Amino acid sequence: MRTEALHRNAVILAALVAASVTACAQVTEDQQKQWLGTPAASSHIGHLSGNAKAAAGDYRRYCVVCHGELGDGNGESAQWLDPKPRDFTLAVFKCRSTPTGTLPTDQDLYETIARGLDRSNMPPWNTFTTQQRADLVAWIKHYSPRWQTEKPGTPIEIPPEPEVTPGRVKAGRDVFARVQCWKCHGAEGRGNGPSASTLQDDLGRPILPYNFAEGGRFKCGSTDADLYRIFMTGLDGTPMPSFADNIKPEEAWDLVMYLRSLQPFPSKEKAIAKSLGLTPVSTTSTGP
Amino acid sequence: MNVEYKRKFTAVVTALALVGIGVVLLGRDRVNAAGSGSITGTVKLTGTPPHMRGIDMSKDPYCVKQHENNPAKMENVVVSSDGGLQNVVLYISEGLSAGEVSAVPSEEPTVDQHNCMYSPHVVAMDVSQKFKVTTSDQTTHNIHPLPAPGSGNIGWNKSQPPGAPPIETNWKAPEAISVKCNIHPWMHGWQVVVKGPYAVTDEKGNFTIKNIPPGSYTVTAWQEEYGTQTAKVTVAAGQPGKADFTFKAK
Repeated sequence: MRTEALHRNAVILAALVAASVTACAQVTEDQQKQWLGTPAASSHIGHLSGNAKAAAGDYRRYCVVCHGELGDGNGESAQWLDPKPRDFTLAVFKCRSTPTGTLPTDQDLYETIARGLDRSNMPPWNTFTTQQRADLVAWIKHYSPRWQTEKPGTPIEIPPEPEVTPGRVKAGRDVFARVQCWKCHGAEGRGNGPSASTLQDDLGRPILPYNFAEGGRFKCGSTDADLYRIFMTGLDGTPMPSFADNIKPEEAWDLVMYLRSLQPFPSKEKAIAKSLGLTPVSTTSTGP
Repeated sequence: MNVEYKRKFTAVVTALALVGIGVVLLGRDRVNAAGSGSITGTVKLTGTPPHMRGIDMSKDPYCVKQHENNPAKMENVVVSSDGGLQNVVLYISEGLSAGEVSAVPSEEPTVDQHNCMYSPHVVAMDVSQKFKVTTSDQTTHNIHPLPAPGSGNIGWNKSQPPGAPPIETNWKAPEAISVKCNIHPWMHGWQVVVKGPYAVTDEKGNFTIKNIPPGSYTVTAWQEEYGTQTAKVTVAAGQPGKADFTFKAK
């Protein structure tokens, strides 16, 4: 126990060092002014084209208090918030349709602004017009050098959702057991797995795994496809990794169905799990 | 007359042929020399080595079971009985030509997740050199490298459940990248990316940087707790350069 606490201190120290390195590597206001005039500071969402300069007023009025003048997540209110506001200078985003380690698409950022992030202080900004949101997407992209040199990743492919069947729900339980979602999310998906208590985000702050039994909206949407996307792309900046290399598309839909059965609302998946008498996965295996 | 001419002709042709062969041989010799030099040495730690704490793995019974007979310890400072310091990365920080720096080795360093530890704790590689992350554990890990913002490297986070295929990738910029597993918070290692030839010290603190052409160099030694040290080294043809380093325990 004591070792663990000591180790946690060491990790926190490492995180502080990392944070100070971040401060050193920070981009300057002059650089950002220059990037504001580059083609990267634009956005394209469907038929909409966003222009960063058009969002300056909205950002100042609605966003700056949390995300800060330099977009580094150090706005005046940031000190009171947990989770912390996104640091746009890093261009690391949870909600992406693109593989882990790549930039999100304009569409991804646009949807995050519109949707907001549950269990955080980021509300859904559906009071904005679609044009305002598109302009803000462009604005966000003038804060980080990554948009100058990198292209967004290629969105992962999500095959059409198959019909919910007992076989699939059961197979989903096998995937849940095999890739060991329960290590963090718990055998019943209550967010209380053995590793849950020590999870930290990339900046060393404590972070909780999603609790399926509570049934709140996911961070990155509420549809079955959103759930599919979350575990296949991972939530960058958090402990949630990408499972794209280890879950086949067919199995991914099975897992979605099993995860749905862990949520509290009535659903076909939940009814099937009940009729099959599915029990929580075993967490005691110590291997061969 | 005719005979005289023939003799002269033969002599000239022979001379030319000899010169030709000489050029080829010398040329080949030069190429060999470029690849054959090396820098060897030992890295030591003086003073009392810091205590490496034991690791409580009770979060994961699988990990506990693997260490039933060999309790796991932290690996920040690994010292042999005679003071040899393991897991120190050595690389040439000055003196290599642009071509020598940009050459990328074809072999692939591997870091394995073994008994809920990184093996090796420190893996070194060249910029753009492919490396592998494998797992031999029957428990799920996530590999989460955390490069510094602005370093030129971009972090990622991938799972490796039991039996998962290797992850094969590379890094774009020189940097000592801290790597962790969020599922097993004690798991911490380094992927050290350098430009040009490199070596990592063995359990006795010994190292050999290979493929160094004759010349004068600055060698840098990097250790995760003690930072870096440099030394000037000269490599002569057929005679390896020698560089020993001593870090002081804090």
